[in-house]
Amino acid sequence: MHGNLTVSHDLDADLVLRARVEALCAAYAHVIDDDRLEELPALFTDDALYRVQTRENHELGLPLALMYCDGSAMLADRVTAMRTANIFEPHVYCHSTSALRILRREGAGWRARSNFSIIRTMSDGESMVFACGKYLDLIVEVDGALRFRERVAILDLRRVDTLLVIPV
Amino acid sequence: MDDQQTGRPAPFAWPDADVSSVPYGVYTDRDLYALEQERIFRGPTWNFLGLEAEIPNPGDFKTTFVGDAPIILVRDADGAVNAMVNRCAHKGALVCFKPRGNVRELTCVYHNWVYDLAGNLTGVAFKRGVGGKGGLRDDFDQKDHGLQRLRVDIHRGLVFGTFSAAMPAFADYIGAELIASIDRVLIKPLRVLGYHSQILPNNWKLYAENNKDSYHASLLHLFHNTFGVVRPTMGGGIKLSDSGWHHLSYTQREALADDHIGKEKVRSMSESYKLRDSTMMQHTLELGDLVTNSIQTVFPTLVVQQILNALAVRQLIPRGVDRSELIWTVLGFEDDDADMAELRLKVNNLVGPAGLISMEDGCVGGWVQRAAKADPTARSIMPMGGRGIEPSQGSRVTEAAVRGFWKGWRECMGI
Ligand code: FES
Ligand SMILES: [Fe+2]
Repeated sequence: MHGNLTVSHDLDADLVLRARVEALCAAYAHVIDDDRLEELPALFTDDALYRVQTRENHELGLPLALMYCDGSAMLADRVTAMRTANIFEPHVYCHSTSALRILRREGAGWRARSNFSIIRTMSDGESMVFACGKYLDLIVEVDGALRFRERVAILDLRRVDTLLVIPV
Repeated sequence: MDDQQTGRPAPFAWPDADVSSVPYGVYTDRDLYALEQERIFRGPTWNFLGLEAEIPNPGDFKTTFVGDAPIILVRDADGAVNAMVNRCAHKGALVCFKPRGNVRELTCVYHNWVYDLAGNLTGVAFKRGVGGKGGLRDDFDQKDHGLQRLRVDIHRGLVFGTFSAAMPAFADYIGAELIASIDRVLIKPLRVLGYHSQILPNNWKLYAENNKDSYHASLLHLFHNTFGVVRPTMGGGIKLSDSGWHHLSYTQREALADDHIGKEKVRSMSESYKLRDSTMMQHTLELGDLVTNSIQTVFPTLVVQQILNALAVRQLIPRGVDRSELIWTVLGFEDDDADMAELRLKVNNLVGPAGLISMEDGCVGGWVQRAAKADPTARSIMPMGGRGIEPSQGSRVTEAAVRGFWKGWRECMGI
């Protein structure tokens, strides 16, 4: 239900790896929060999987996602659509991420899990808690840099307020 | 017009003979909201409750709403589907407070009254008191204290309920032509792929109207045009039920030389446009025709959707005068193979709360709501395509179906 949570404890002591994973997660949050979404696909491998799913669907074992990008090109298309086609009231996110754990090695990469909460501020200045939940990641090294091979954002919320256009 | 059912004066008078103009007070008036609960949701309407596929086994239940009324939908030991108001006959607590589950009977945890899966009261805790003291008097008849039942009708796995004893069957409610268009989409046993829920910052009627407003589709939702989804060769039209209450809006493309209708044929709708990956625009012709979009409404609050291979039902629940919830139950067929399962997940990027072609519907109703509240007597106008509910073959530039909604609303409300 929550994926394989087997933990290899020797990774807890690998502080260099941890710092690099934290930097990737922070880069992701800052690219979104600073509205530099065009830079988002580059944090993913070309064949990456990016999904935003509610906890309800996830725990019921239902496959439906709010956003489902199979490859960073689809993520880039989402950004293009948001910039050129979709209509919505301007708003920004502020991510807080915490409780990062590098769970285990998988293939050539690492499974990681962290928590997030997102405060959304609308153009009229009002802020609200928009979402909280967890990231389930598969992180790999490409040309000396860490990238997401997989990022699944599981939202605790069942109800999306108004709409979802900015990636979570 | 006077309140027909209670003798109270209606809180509101319709300003015109026709339905081509609507006063903004209909979206903001709390008395009207309360009257809608009685005259629409508990009145002469069939309301969507869920899918048979959600409660396949005896004892399976889900909870839902008809208007403000909380509802339990449950399959009993004989396999029949029953619907009851989710309100204990004792002190009115919710009997089921979980969204879904499987039970042998329905137990209200407050004082442990027990109901069978048809809503009959079968057990009362401390019925005979304790030590001969307290308990029920002899004149208390359990038969009089079941859960309030709704009538149920099922069509192609969609379960509907009504509070009205006088309603015709569901098929007669929406009429043969619109039954045929449900049957066109729901051709096989269904599988639930998941749920979306979206809070809309507006009165429920603004979303109900939006679904019937075929005029806005290519104007508000720019994804189509920006990425070349709708080709100029596309045709389509709208159909209304004889009553005007329900509608179908559809888009159909021209046949191409290599189309094989009814066979597994995948075609990208956007080969040469600006998407880097257009797989989400692929369309496997699975329904035996070239219809790309079919949006069908059942008054008051259901939408049956086919957008390429994205199938769903959308249930609208009012949550107060200026808020509503839209629940999307996203569907596939039981016999989908792995490729089709994957395609449906990708196409579903287009719809839902984050849908590339639908997200605008989440915010536009709120913009009307915020502007409407300033003046309940000011009015919107709906002049496109006439003043009545005439159907429109070949063009979706009409507001006839929206006017049909208001015809249904007035007939239910007696306003
Ligand atoms: S309210 Fe249900 S048993 Fe008392
Ligand atoms: Fe729309």
